[in-house]
Amino acid sequence: MPENRYPSTPGQPAPRTGQEHYTAPFDEGGLGAVDAVETTEAPRSFWRESWREMRSRAMFWVAAAIIVLVLVVAAFPGLFTSVHPRLDCSLSLSLDGPTAGHPFGFDFQGCDIYARTVYGARASVLVGVMATAMVIVLGTAIGAIAGYYGGWFDTILSRITDIFFAIPLVLAAIVIMSITANRTSFTVAFVLALFGWTSIARITRGTVLSVKNNEFVTAARALGMGRGAILLKHVLPNSAAPIIVYATVALGTFIVAEATLSFLGIGLPPSVVSWGGDISTAQRAIRISPEIMLYPAGGLALTVLGFIMMGDVVRDALDPKARKR
Amino acid sequence: MLWYLGRRLLQVIPVFLGATLLLYALVFLRPGDPVNALGGERGLPEAVQDEIRARYNLDQPFLVQYLLFLRGVFTLDFGVDFRGREILDVMAGAFPVTFQLALMALAIEAIFGVGFGLVAGMRKGGWFDGSVLVMSLFVIAVPTFVIGFVAQLGLGVRLGWFPVTAGRDPDFYSLLMPAIVLGAVSFAYVLRLTRTSVAENLSADYVRTARAKGLQRSQVTGRHVLRNSLIPVVTFLGADLGNLMAGAIVTEGIFNINGVGGTLYDAIVRGENVTVVSLTTVLVLVYIAANLLVDLLYAALDPRIRYA
Repeated sequence: MPENRYPSTPGQPAPRTGQEHYTAPFDEGGLGAVDAVETTEAPRSFWRESWREMRSRAMFWVAAAIIVLVLVVAAFPGLFTSVHPRLDCSLSLSLDGPTAGHPFGFDFQGCDIYARTVYGARASVLVGVMATAMVIVLGTAIGAIAGYYGGWFDTILSRITDIFFAIPLVLAAIVIMSITANRTSFTVAFVLALFGWTSIARITRGTVLSVKNNEFVTAARALGMGRGAILLKHVLPNSAAPIIVYATVALGTFIVAEATLSFLGIGLPPSVVSWGGDISTAQRAIRISPEIMLYPAGGLALTVLGFIMMGDVVRDALDPKARKR
Repeated sequence: MLWYLGRRLLQVIPVFLGATLLLYALVFLRPGDPVNALGGERGLPEAVQDEIRARYNLDQPFLVQYLLFLRGVFTLDFGVDFRGREILDVMAGAFPVTFQLALMALAIEAIFGVGFGLVAGMRKGGWFDGSVLVMSLFVIAVPTFVIGFVAQLGLGVRLGWFPVTAGRDPDFYSLLMPAIVLGAVSFAYVLRLTRTSVAENLSADYVRTARAKGLQRSQVTGRHVLRNSLIPVVTFLGADLGNLMAGAIVTEGIFNINGVGGTLYDAIVRGENVTVVSLTTVLVLVYIAANLLVDLLYAALDPRIRYA
């Protein structure tokens, strides 16, 4: 497919060639701007332009650094501590302050808080990433089919979306998690995704509805492309921007939701080291040593902060309306 | 307008039926037998179990049970729970407090979120905008329950400015801190939404026209910029009321408030299925009603929307 000369944002039709500038017959100054455009260089695509925009922001690098750090910690916690978070505990050390080799001190059970904070990253990241992936697949599929095929598909899928939208996420998660016997990262992510896909479906449906009326879609049909192929090759890639923006922020909110469920005691079981569970146990000793809660809460906040900041940067980069000229 | 209202009400029916059926199925098709569990370890004789099942319609097929429940919803007769209490009484004891708490949180996030967001959006890029934006990021990133514990310990226990817990029959003052905590995250969202919306509308043509025709600054801001910027904010607030009432379960736990959250959790643990679905049905109804109200508010805010 030839590169789009005038990249448009999803949601807005591309300007027609020759209509971007109106130059008065005697306005020589106006032509200067046209001449200044480099014509030897290949036109930049929407995505490359956005990437350039993103790279220039300091916030992008801060967010990226936080996310990479959290991902590395989640994948290889052993690199950061040699202390085991659950087995190297001694009740005689309960609530003891920081000592050499144990920079954060010890929790109620006498476990090393630093090790528990490091190992807690995995549960949060795993649930957040899995739930977001499921939400993207489910929400995009339902929203795209509803928006692209329209008619009865749209009516039925939109009503189903409304039904799931009407049930608050935390409420549904509490009801389902309380009846789930085998609670793992996967089941928590699945439950969050089952009631969290509606926003992406609505966003996708909206953008697909406007993208499918573009000329390149008509052109593809005229060339004899099948409806399914057009949806996958032309409509969906051009609807991706708002989905990516929402997904980045959603990852942060899913991590908070997991922590909330673990805090309520119906998320991950106590055998899994998680920030939500650790905050819940730290709460028992909050009047004696409140600083214990600081570490798992800090890890959680930092992770969510990274993803929300990234979502902000991505939104600014992918939305030309918000770009500062 | 009336025609629109009627069509909108018709749309609500499948959503209400679908959502309640889904919740009913989730609660009643779960493994385990609450009737058998009533007897503890020894169990109850078969005849007693059958008698209890018949009394609570548990011997009927699933769909019949659901329809009987639905009839109860419309006749306001939810039945009794296993301990013999009227479920309507249980709900009447739980909902007023939670509703008050959620409304207070909604008011706080609306007033402060829109106020801060308006000032930040008017001077986008300034020092106030920058600091408010960073603050909102932190409020979103720190989970509600951590904010709750820190507020309880700091403002309640250490400084003594607020009551530490609300307890039975709380007054406005003792619900204030829980409401601030409950509304904190949404406050940050409202702030950011207002800020973006205001900054976008400031460069709109109609604002330039309003300025050009010599309107005063305050009138341009209040009548044109703010009113148009409120549309996405109102949408968010409408959907948020339901989330606040359901999400209050955490805040209510921290501040010891006897509201919907505690009652729901208790009912789930005890296997009081009818109480669980009754409470959740009312929550879904609140959610639907709030969204309906928002749709009608659009007409008042956006001059382009007319329900002819």
